[in-house]
Amino acid sequence: MTETREPRSHDAVDRVRRRVLAAAATFAGAALAPGVRLISPAPAEAATGPVTDKVRWGILIDTNRCDDCDVCVEACKTENGWHGHGRPRTDPQWIRKVTLHDRQTGATHDLPLMCVHCQYPPCEDVCPTGASFRRADGIVLVDKHTCIGCRYCMMACPYKARSFVHEDVTDQKSYMPRGKGTVESCTMCVHRVDSGRIPACVEACGGTDGKGAMVFGDLNDPESDISREAGRHMVTRIRADLGLDPGVLYRGI
Amino acid sequence: MTGAGRFILAIAAVAAVWAAVAAPAAAEGRVPLPVLAAGKGDKCVEPTDIMRRYHMEYLKHQRDETVHGGIRGAKHSLVDCIECHAVPDTAANGVRTIRPFCDQCHEYAAVTMDCFGCHTPKAADATEGPTQ
Repeated sequence: MTETREPRSHDAVDRVRRRVLAAAATFAGAALAPGVRLISPAPAEAATGPVTDKVRWGILIDTNRCDDCDVCVEACKTENGWHGHGRPRTDPQWIRKVTLHDRQTGATHDLPLMCVHCQYPPCEDVCPTGASFRRADGIVLVDKHTCIGCRYCMMACPYKARSFVHEDVTDQKSYMPRGKGTVESCTMCVHRVDSGRIPACVEACGGTDGKGAMVFGDLNDPESDISREAGRHMVTRIRADLGLDPGVLYRGI
Repeated sequence: MTGAGRFILAIAAVAAVWAAVAAPAAAEGRVPLPVLAAGKGDKCVEPTDIMRRYHMEYLKHQRDETVHGGIRGAKHSLVDCIECHAVPDTAANGVRTIRPFCDQCHEYAAVTMDCFGCHTPKAADATEGPTQ
């Protein structure tokens, strides 16, 4: 028995094609979640960013003006919500005052010390998860979402700038999340910098209680206050021998 | 009828009554579905059914852009979630937090979230701070 088939009309073929295409479209829609687009449009409503390497943020500290006051430390604590628990060996410390002694002359000198935001940060080099990173504009941060709390970065940092959060934290600021089991350090008040303001320590130092010893600005801009100040007087980079090119510069030590 | 026979009959009767009472309850499900309170404003940043399934993707995507790229003020921010969905929380002495809102579904689905180990769940008016 032979069977003769009528050739399918173009309409019928199109209907089949349409069904196949519709099925494919449904599959694609299901596989690609709405938030996970292959090419994501830039968020039009974003207020800031993305940051670029056109700027490099830095702080210049004139240690001749600095004395034994600690308004910078207190301002940092208030701004970022960190504080001690009376256990100096393990308490978090984003910025601290250090006193230098000249053993021969007996002279002393005070200066604040915090993360110096290296151009080549050793904390980033040793981080096994990529949580320690340097932002394009020179600010060195910990991405606490990926930090596993191994503390290699704390051992690698020659400035002892980082702290480990040993205890539960409940009174965080909405703009500065902090939590147990992660490493943290000075963020150069990244939330303030992103909104066009200066870090809390610099603001406090320039206030009525401070000594006006700190200048914040863009090291890449030759017209900025910090670049002019750094060009006028010799500046010191602590542990310059390591070649890390810190963004926090000192004058007078 | 023997004593043992009467005992078996009594057990059967109790079982029949228990089955009659328990059957409708089992059909409705043992755990009630979460009932979510509406947030502030007319609508969420995305349609509700999309948010229910993909809110974690949006948050994760934007958190990376914010932490690494400094992009702030974009649409899918945890702070904005908290601002709209915070309600008085008995576990936090009546302070407005987003925990009751999140916990309803997360407890139902037995999915643990780590957001609030670091991020404050409190609404902006409940957190003190010199700056925002």
